[in-house]
Amino acid sequence: MKLLLENAHIEGIRYYEAYRKHGGYRSVEKALKMTPDEIVEEVKKSGLRGRGGAGFPTGMKWSFLAKPEGVPRHLVCNADESEPGTFKDRYLMEFLPHLLIEGLIVSSFALGSNATYIYIRGEYAWIPDILEQAIAEAKNNGWLGKNIQNSGFDCEIYVQRGGGAYICGEETALIESLEGKRGNPRIKPPFPAVQGLWMRPTVVNNVETLAAVVPIINMGGEEYGKLGVGRSTGTKLMSACGNLNKPGVYEIPFDLTVEEFIFSDEYCGGIPNGKRLKACIPGGSSVPILPANLLLKDAKGNTRQMNYESLAEGGFATGSMLGSGGFIVLDEDQCVVRHTMSLARFYNHESCGQCSPCREGTGWMYKILKSIEYGKGRMEDIDLLWDIQRRIEGNTICPLGDAAAWPVAAAIRHFRDEFEWHVLHPEEAQTRNYGLAHYADPREVVAG
Amino acid sequence: MADNIKVTIDNITIEVPMGTTILEAARKIGGDVAPPTMCYYSKLKGSGGKCRTCLVEVSKGSEKDPRPMPKLVASCRTGVMDGMEVKSMTSEKVIDARKGVTEFLLLNHPLDCPVCDQAGECDLQNLGYDHGNAGTRYDYDRRAFEPEDIGPYIQLHMNRCIMCFRCVFTADQLTDTREHGILDRGDHARISTCISKALDNDFIGNVIDVCPVGALTDKTFRFKNRVWFTKPVDAHRNCSNPKCCGEVRLWMRGEEVFRVTARKDEWGEVANASNGETGWICNECRFEKKETKDWVIEGPTKVNRHSVIAQGHYAGKVGTAKQPVLIDKVIGKAPKLTLDIHDVSGVNKPSYHLDQIEGPAHSDDFK
Repeated sequence: MKLLLENAHIEGIRYYEAYRKHGGYRSVEKALKMTPDEIVEEVKKSGLRGRGGAGFPTGMKWSFLAKPEGVPRHLVCNADESEPGTFKDRYLMEFLPHLLIEGLIVSSFALGSNATYIYIRGEYAWIPDILEQAIAEAKNNGWLGKNIQNSGFDCEIYVQRGGGAYICGEETALIESLEGKRGNPRIKPPFPAVQGLWMRPTVVNNVETLAAVVPIINMGGEEYGKLGVGRSTGTKLMSACGNLNKPGVYEIPFDLTVEEFIFSDEYCGGIPNGKRLKACIPGGSSVPILPANLLLKDAKGNTRQMNYESLAEGGFATGSMLGSGGFIVLDEDQCVVRHTMSLARFYNHESCGQCSPCREGTGWMYKILKSIEYGKGRMEDIDLLWDIQRRIEGNTICPLGDAAAWPVAAAIRHFRDEFEWHVLHPEEAQTRNYGLAHYADPREVVAG
Repeated sequence: MADNIKVTIDNITIEVPMGTTILEAARKIGGDVAPPTMCYYSKLKGSGGKCRTCLVEVSKGSEKDPRPMPKLVASCRTGVMDGMEVKSMTSEKVIDARKGVTEFLLLNHPLDCPVCDQAGECDLQNLGYDHGNAGTRYDYDRRAFEPEDIGPYIQLHMNRCIMCFRCVFTADQLTDTREHGILDRGDHARISTCISKALDNDFIGNVIDVCPVGALTDKTFRFKNRVWFTKPVDAHRNCSNPKCCGEVRLWMRGEEVFRVTARKDEWGEVANASNGETGWICNECRFEKKETKDWVIEGPTKVNRHSVIAQGHYAGKVGTAKQPVLIDKVIGKAPKLTLDIHDVSGVNKPSYHLDQIEGPAHSDDFK
């Protein structure tokens, strides 16, 4: 069942006429007849969890918003989607901009935000134009601006382009950047719900989360909450990439099994060229990588499903996270060491340089991984890497330190002998660009 | 005092006002219980939280919510709660994390202490001696920056910088215009002036005092002497600048004044002047007045920090502490410097001796 991408195939859905004709802005009409507290209550009932990676319940986040007298509040849409492997928000904004605008209007009304911001990553150079056009169309038709649909509620949406820094996807760094400062994460507390943008109470939500508010209002929170499994309610957008026959953005129900998602023709269509599955990062580059045997079934032998709980089953020892839904698949030819090195290079490049474990540690990990990959590694380097990631994780200001440490930790945990192979065969490691195939899933898989 | 709350740090309970940070509470106890700091500066608003050397473990959140905090927290930016229990040097996790942070900070530090003017009064040197390893596990090239001239008074050695942001806060809060800031990001972030070429503000010399390492040093003192050969002497003059307190520390050898700095307290921060405000000094006092006739000498400074300057002449609290009791409290780790809790707590009465109290000392014991 599709909730967000249901109408994505309709021609001209990017523009107001087609969008409105297919039931657009119904949720705003409905929401403006409700009180803000009722909307927050609906979202709470729906069990919607933040789609940006951490999976924090959205309704609870909204109810934490401080409401002091006479102080404006803000809603900020985090469209700084920079996690390697994640591109679901781009798809949503590019093809269904009005869905986001609609979700923003409802959420702004619920939170009492009269000035709402979309902070979009700098590399999405063409999308702000699409969004701004959609905002103009919405405004012309009375869905934005002063006194929306005679409800007495005013709301303006502004699009702000980022400068292309990964760290500005962290909510407090995003707020700093939005204020025109250097995008350094703030030290919490105070949390943005109390002192956020311009020291005013602020809620920062992911694009997909805000878009999901639309079906919640349309169908009712309770109905929405019935979809999915356990505490994973609704649907999720997954951006699949890597060695897949059909990479792309898919809207999935939470009871879908990982195996079906990778191999069925409805979704990713299996692995090309008859290769076998070796490993997968199920939720964007910063979550732990899983080898094939732990990906399809967890350590207890239960079939893994694509939801928050099932993917996290087993903790970090044998599990991973759903994260932001960036599903990266590696086939038997891919080298985990090289892969980990390129992630470490990314985190080293994107560290803001504010706190010492992340600033120095990410660079150190990258240098060690580089030397192992190019055949200059030593056995003790693997233990050293483990030690470094252990001392970064949890000791930094923002989660970027954790995000840099987890992939390295998981790669060593599950693929240690591939690292050792690189150390023991330096010449081969320099010339060939692939790792050990024996981790691959032994089933015969025919190319789709 | 009604709004005082109780907090226990390393098994020592003290009462502090609401809103105090864990670090400030630990400093009231003093000694090695106080976490080391590289970026936090109590006199600068907004500083702290960046270096991560002051991480502590909160084993009990508060009386109301006794859950421990899941991660180590930066004590300089975390407020105390009533009934909070904190482990600083009694926690293996904290000691390990500090070791890690020390290693990270020293990773790209050039370790050119033999030619560095800060040597002997360097916070990073102290941290390295306390928490560092003898060798390094890093065998790649250290980061190096192009030298940059930032004016006639201040020498910038970017290679030594540990990115504490203190100088940026100082320039922001003391002077009307700030000419320098942080450029770039990650491990190539650097302090730079960007547009204006020189730092020439009246109070900009204070960035030298706040710098924890030798990244910003005094050009008028450059390579003139080692700090442990000079003798600190307190002095003052009637400075014409209304914002300058005129109370300084002269670093002398014989009759010669080698260097003028602001007075510092036991935590290495600029101390409060006699008018109650922070004793920042102006550039004229710092760089121009290098004759004894410019100053009214008050007498030698009492040194009570464990820097090399203090070798052989500890004063005040040190040595009078009840060593065995404190050693017992901090699970057998002998603190190098121990203070008597009676000396520093405003609440506890000085007539009690810690060694007469059974078990962990508690503020009830001092009623």
